[in-house]
Amino acid sequence: MGTQSCINIQKEWDIVGARQLGRDIAKKIGFGTVDQARIATAVSELARNIYLYADSGKVCFEAIETIDKKGISMIAIDSGPGISDISLVMQDGYSTSRGLGAGLPGVKRLMDEFDLISEKEQGTEVKTIKWLR
Amino acid sequence: MDSQFKKIVLENSDTIVRMWVEEVNALKDANYTSSISEELFDSTNREFVNVIFTRIKNVEPAETLEDFAEKLINLGWPLSYITDGLQVFRRVTVDFILSQSEKVDSNHISLVLQSVDKWVEPLIRQLVNEYSGNWENVVSLQRLALQELSAPLIPVMENITIMPLIGTIDTERAKFIMENLLEGVIRHNSEVVLMDITGVPVVDTMVAHHIIQAAEAVRLIGAKCILVGIRPEIAQTIVNLGIDLSQFPTKSSLRKGFTTALEITNRKIVDLDTKVDNLENMINSLHRE
Repeated sequence: MGTQSCINIQKEWDIVGARQLGRDIAKKIGFGTVDQARIATAVSELARNIYLYADSGKVCFEAIETIDKKGISMIAIDSGPGISDISLVMQDGYSTSRGLGAGLPGVKRLMDEFDLISEKEQGTEVKTIKWLR
Repeated sequence: MDSQFKKIVLENSDTIVRMWVEEVNALKDANYTSSISEELFDSTNREFVNVIFTRIKNVEPAETLEDFAEKLINLGWPLSYITDGLQVFRRVTVDFILSQSEKVDSNHISLVLQSVDKWVEPLIRQLVNEYSGNWENVVSLQRLALQELSAPLIPVMENITIMPLIGTIDTERAKFIMENLLEGVIRHNSEVVLMDITGVPVVDTMVAHHIIQAAEAVRLIGAKCILVGIRPEIAQTIVNLGIDLSQFPTKSSLRKGFTTALEITNRKIVDLDTKVDNLENMINSLHRE
């Protein structure tokens, strides 16, 4: 287990900071350019969700290692309004902000593991992992 | 009491300066200014002390202070040099006055602290203001410069316009791109607009959404938008995200997009050499007849 590095998301430009950090860590672990782009895009989506819907939160990265594989874990935590119907937001094309509605389902496809926990009025936690192949 | 303390400090300025310089030099080794040459550091320290003492003497305060702050900003010294320096000055001076006083009780200490604070506080405030004012100025200038770069429109040919996008696209910039794009299409009377995203590091759903909207708006005013410069990794993330870009043509490079744009406007690039050759052939054939 490596150390965790976090970035607080409050302003729109924090998304860029989070993306940069995610990309740097991914590069250090040894991901190729395509996977780096995937990870950076996923960070961008999650950080933007925090910025748009929860006002503030943070995105944390960690290099993880098991016996047979290495990877990057990314956790996006906020204390926003929460998601009332998770299956709905995981549908392609559903958006409450007239966006494309591809954010969360897109992140799930971009990453290898995806876990979403949300409690109404408590906040949302998205945990994703990308394994190095 | 205040004037009395002032008198002590001014009369013993040499001792206080010596103590101050010692402490500040100790700070130097500990952190920030280690890369600065000894001479410069010494001369700046002397100037700093002069500024402080002219302030205490109450002669012509504002200008020397401003000059000093400006010099430090130009040298690029950290703000912590100033705050640390004044903090040290406060400590040294208070210690010194107390050591010179005959009777020391809590009331006396509080008076000394009050007086010294009254000398140092406005200095700190003014210097910090100078610094932050300078930073704000730099930030606002950079923002302006960034805005000028954010959505350039190049009319390369009659009816064909290119918008090269470089760097992160945020909401504000997306709005700017849209406005510039539509305005430019009308002004240059373009038939085809090439939007080049080679320099955009990440295309997430928001960026894609803005691009789609811009392209749609361009279509509404009767022009055609071609998205060019889609790198392989960006193409893959767009597919992973499930973004539908089938509504308008996309090309991998600006060059291919430009060829397509020429085709749309019913033109093509002709090599001048072959044209000359053809002409010569024709003339030659005429001669033969």
